[in-house]
Amino acid sequence: MKHYDVVVVGAGPAGMACAINATKHGLTVLLVERDDFLGGQLIKQTHMFFGSEKQYAKTRGIDIATILKKELLKQDHVDIMLDTSALAIYDDKVITLLNHHDYIKVKANAIVVATGASEKVLAFPNNDLPGIYGAGAVQTLMNVHGVKPGKSVVMVGAGNIGLIVSYQLLQAGVDVKAVVEASDSIGGYLVHAQKLRRLGVPILTNHSVKEAHGATALEELIIWKLDENFSGIAGTEKRIETDTCCLSVGLKPSSEMLRQAGAEMTYVRSLGGYVPYINQNHETTVNNLFVCGDVSGIEEASSAMVEGFIVGLTLANRFKNVPNFSVLMTDLKTQLKDLRAGETGEHIMKGIKQIMRGDHHA
Amino acid sequence: MRISSHPILKFNRDKELSFIFDGRKLVGYEGETIAAALHANNIKVLGHSSVKHRPRGFYCAIGNCTSCNMIVNDEPNVRTCITLLEDGMVVKTQSNKGELK
Ligand code: FES
Repeated sequence: MKHYDVVVVGAGPAGMACAINATKHGLTVLLVERDDFLGGQLIKQTHMFFGSEKQYAKTRGIDIATILKKELLKQDHVDIMLDTSALAIYDDKVITLLNHHDYIKVKANAIVVATGASEKVLAFPNNDLPGIYGAGAVQTLMNVHGVKPGKSVVMVGAGNIGLIVSYQLLQAGVDVKAVVEASDSIGGYLVHAQKLRRLGVPILTNHSVKEAHGATALEELIIWKLDENFSGIAGTEKRIETDTCCLSVGLKPSSEMLRQAGAEMTYVRSLGGYVPYINQNHETTVNNLFVCGDVSGIEEASSAMVEGFIVGLTLANRFKNVPNFSVLMTDLKTQLKDLRAGETGEHIMKGIKQIMRGDHHA
Repeated sequence: MRISSHPILKFNRDKELSFIFDGRKLVGYEGETIAAALHANNIKVLGHSSVKHRPRGFYCAIGNCTSCNMIVNDEPNVRTCITLLEDGMVVKTQSNKGELK
């Protein structure tokens, strides 16, 4: 059985950053990714990022993936397994993997779970019809594979993902019939909303989907107005003919593997769902089992990256001595703090407080 | 329904691959997933649910939900949204949970 200092599950921004920092300081690392490419969801982000220069602001997500990839491939002690799904983590830090038809066991001193998030679903009659997709799924289809999801789209959810994907649908030549939002205001940045409005896309707040119809795939969507308790108001129904509907109703951490590994978990609404208790170095209640990125709370790719660097550095210092450790760590922690400034950040910080455990647990 | 021109992105469609979907011969490109190639051929129904037999398409496209499970080269429960298309692949819609052989 192969033995590594660190096995990282997931090669998105968090996992890649973690692998880079761990191996840069002398650890042997195995990075496991279920897709056949590195970069995770960055590779479908054609818009420019906010944040500061250190996290590549004003750079398109897809280009950030390339920067991280270059940095990673420069390192000597990192093995990368693509097309490989991690199956389970055992008490003796053995992790089992599936690569096509090969079942592989690997041993590690520490395991980092950076499995990201998955899209939530909205409940309404016939929401399982083909043609009703996650907004991120449609982004993958368009921006990675160059395939349109359909002729027209109704977007459900006016957060940043909903707005950005709507704009990208227009760029791909798909008719965006409306953006429907259940709350009374637009959740995403107004710059994105204005772009859509200028192109004539209506953004309907206080609206949601009543039901979907179609023989074998989506043909029409019935939307209606919501009252202040988010119940539909009879008589306000509108019928929209469309072959595609995108649901952009939030993300939840893909944290199942942590529960399986025995980490103590709790439900935190502001972090998107079930998340592990962690200490300030992102170690869970299981010794040498770490997390970084969306799996421990939904945020942005920029903070996921910084968290990855923090975990990588922590591990490097645990197993080897990193001479300028505290300088490097202080810089990373400051970056993370800056990214979490502002209203959304406050909301996230409140959630993080709920899962922070004192170091005495460790 | 492929995107022919895009303001930011370029798509590499150098190598054509042919594959069989439920007995029909279709064409896709190297580097795309089975689900993407099917969608480009206007095929949205990838299977049927095992109890109520309702049509199923993909949902997440990143390997999370198994809504895109199909039978590929006789193997059931293949997540076609993260499985790359190969030349000569035989792809079938799946309508049960799959069987262990
Ligand atoms: S669509 Fe979700 S796993 Fe393929």
